[in-house]
Formats: sequence, structure tokens, C-alpha cells
Amino acid sequence: MEILISLIKILVVMLVLLTCVAYLVLVERRVSAFIQNRIGPNRVGYKGLLQPVADVLKLFIKEDIVPKLANKPLHRLAPIIAIVVSLSTIAVVPFGDKINLFGYEIKLQIASVNIGILYVLALTGLGVYGIAIAGWASNNKYSLLGGLRSCAQIISYELSMGISIIGVILVTSTLQLDKIVEFQHGWRWLILLQPIGFITFFVAIFAETNRLPFDLPEAEPELVGGYHTEYTGLKFGLFFLAEYANMITGSAIVVTLYLGGWQFPYLQSSGLPEFWTSIIQVGTFAAKVGAVLLFMVIIRWTVPRFRYDQLMDLGWKFMLPLSIANVIVTAFIIYLFE
Amino acid sequence: MSLIDILFYFFATIAVVSASIVVFSRNIIYSAFSLLFTFFAVAGLYVLLNADFLAITQLLIYVGGILVLMLFGVMLTHKVVSVDMKTGTLKILPAALITSMIAGTLIGIFTVTDWRVAPLQTGDPIPTAKGIGEMFMTTWLLPFEVASVILLIALIGAAIIARREKEAK
Repeated sequence: MEILISLIKILVVMLVLLTCVAYLVLVERRVSAFIQNRIGPNRVGYKGLLQPVADVLKLFIKEDIVPKLANKPLHRLAPIIAIVVSLSTIAVVPFGDKINLFGYEIKLQIASVNIGILYVLALTGLGVYGIAIAGWASNNKYSLLGGLRSCAQIISYELSMGISIIGVILVTSTLQLDKIVEFQHGWRWLILLQPIGFITFFVAIFAETNRLPFDLPEAEPELVGGYHTEYTGLKFGLFFLAEYANMITGSAIVVTLYLGGWQFPYLQSSGLPEFWTSIIQVGTFAAKVGAVLLFMVIIRWTVPRFRYDQLMDLGWKFMLPLSIANVIVTAFIIYLFE
Repeated sequence: MSLIDILFYFFATIAVVSASIVVFSRNIIYSAFSLLFTFFAVAGLYVLLNADFLAITQLLIYVGGILVLMLFGVMLTHKVVSVDMKTGTLKILPAALITSMIAGTLIGIFTVTDWRVAPLQTGDPIPTAKGIGEMFMTTWLLPFEVASVILLIALIGAAIIARREKEAK
């Protein structure tokens, strides 16, 4: 029975995630149109709501072109790695507390791993492979440059990301993501206890998901399309999907670590029936993730791209010292008060 | 055969096969990529042994750090990729001597060492991260610090070498 429940949870989460990806693309296009004073896609379905379906259908029936001199097995492997890595991170994110359905108590998290935070860190490190392999296997100098940039960028920002997480671990003294959310009940959100850690972590998430202002791996004016220049059809679609799925998991992790996860202040003491409390908690989580995603989309259309050396300077000379200072100060405060 | 056994043989097969590809492949980039699968399979074996922290550290350091650096090097030095590496046998006698010495040492260590075996656990795995952390900060503090100092020295050395080349230009 437990295996069945897990399978259903995986199925539901994957379906929701993929639907959200499709609609996140639509949101991105509509918001960008709004910011640039255009109309945006509004013809397919009511207000363009069926646009994602049309997009996916288009990607399905496009021709798949593989360059003659590309390394074929690796060229095929790269999008698979990218998508597997970006979809498996969501497994440890708690999107609610517990819910009673048909007499079973179901924990609203696919896997409560003892070292959930480290699992997230390890998987973001793996994200490099899809892009790097794609860049190398395409046998195209623009792709290779994009892949190399991505390697350097992700490795540099992974440092400040990991070190900002140490602040969270120091405060909550656990590595389990669901325990971290439990710690943030009421208004004890970690963004209030760890404001600097939140900033460094959030900036690192932008860099890890290759979002503007850090989208150097695919900077189209200089690199044509970066690492996915030589990808067409569904393979390109997989990279696209991986990028947006990364955005969603990235903001889900920001919400889990710093914005209280599914916690809704004073909800537990309001005396609502248990079932509705659970539903509101899941809704709270979804709303917070949506807000963070909207913020990411708006940032993309308002801030220009960094130059490569500016990116490295920001990562190594500013974000890294800042996050280390945050850890030291946090450790001191905890030592003094306990 | 239980599920654990099947998983063990699955990971063990991947580890052995991909490790032999690392050694026998003539294309250096294939070697580097199959090393990725070796590391993964070893991490899987750690998970089967309930060593969750070790498994994640394996992924974090070897797959996320060291192997990326190796791939970086291979991809940047473009000429390496097209050159076939020699994997034929040269100088059989010294090679056999050295490998048998290494193998003998390893087997000797394996048989002589008094391995600490934990009692068999049933039920949910016990988290290991806390125990490992406490050991590092108490019993094994000196080796832990020495290792970090050595890494720091390597880092400074690399920075100095890289700088000097730039000035020479």
C-alpha cells in the first residue's frame, strides 16, 4: 500500500509540475508582453490559455536534426540528463504537512530524506552535466562556449549557495527539509532570521537556473543559442522543459528554506477542520511559489545581462565573502545565546 | 533474491562495467563520462549500506566537483579529444610486477585490518550525518583540520601558478 501511495504521489506531483511548466511559459510570455507594451499570445483559446498545448504540439512534430559531426550518443544523452536532474529535485520538497484521505494519513512530500538539503545541493551540481555535454557533443564553437560558461557559472555560484544553506542548518539544526519547514511555524520565517543568507541564496538560484541576468550559457546576441544551438524539435523541448522545471523547483526550495514553506501563520490555532487546514497549507505553498516565480519572471524582463567577468566578480568577490560572513555571524549569535 | 540483492547486483554491475570502460576506452571523453556512471553506482551502493551522508557526499564532491573539473580540462584542451590514447600493452614484466605488488598490498590490508562491523539494522535507517559531524569535531579533529590545510595549500599553489603564467605573457 505504501508503495502505491508513493507512486500516486509521484504521478500527481509530476503532472502538476509539468502543467505548471507549460503555463509558466505562457505567464512569462504574457508578462514580458505587458512589460514591453505588446499584446503577447492571446489567440489560442480564451486569452491564450491553450497556447502551451499548441507549443508542445509544435515541438512534437518538428524535425529532429542532428549535426553531421556531432557526437551522436552524447548528443542524444544530454537532454535526458538535463531533464532527469531537474525533475528529481522536487522529490524532497515538502508541499504540505499531512492529509487524511480515505482513512490513510498521507505525508505531502514524495520522500522525506534525512539529508534532504544535501540531496538538493548534489543535484544542482549534476545540472552542469546536461548543459556541458550538450555543448561539447554538438561540435559547434558557440555550443561549446555556452557549455563552458555554464560549468564555470554553476560551480562558482554553487559555493555561495552551499554556504548560505549552512546558515539555515545552523539555525534549524536539521538537514531534513520537512523539519526546516516545521521550525518556521508562525512568523519564524527564516527570511527574517537569515536575511543576508536569503539574498545570497536567491541570487545563486538565479545563477543555477541560468535565468537572466545570469543567462550567459545561452546569451543569444553573442552565442546564437548557447548550448542548445544544435538542438531542434523535442530535444530542444526537453532543454526548455528542464530550464522551466528548474525555475519551479528552485523557487520551491527558496520558499521551503526561507519563506516558511507551507506554513500559514495562526492557521493551526484557528480551529478549522484538519482536512481544510491541509488544503490551505498546500494552497499557501503554491501561492508562495507562484509569487517567487512571478518575481523571477519580472526580473528577467527588467535587468540586463551581466558581462562574463562581472558575473565572476560578483560571484567570487561579493557573494562568497558575504555568505561566509553570514555563517560566521550566525554561528557567533547562536553560540552567545545558547 | 530480495530487492536489496537485486539492487546490489545492479549497482555493482554498473560500477564494474563503467569502470572497465574508463580504463579500456580509446576516447578520453568517453572515459570521463563513464567515470560519471561509476561514481553514481558507488553512491548507490552507499545508499544500500544505509550510509546516506556518504552517498550524498560522493555525489557532491566526486560527481559535482572533481569530475566536472576533469571534463572542463578535457573539453578545453581540444587536441586531446581527437588523439587516440594508447591502451595496448607495453613492457609486460614491470607492469605485472607493479600491479601485483599493488594488488598484494590491497589484499593484505583487506585481510589484516580489523574491520569494525556494525550490527545488522532492521527498519528505518538511522541518520548518520550527526554522528559523522560529532566525530569530526571531537575524535578525528586533527586529521580533519590537516586535510583542510592541505586543500588550502593546493588552492594557493594553483592560484600562484596560474598568476605567474599570466605575468609572463
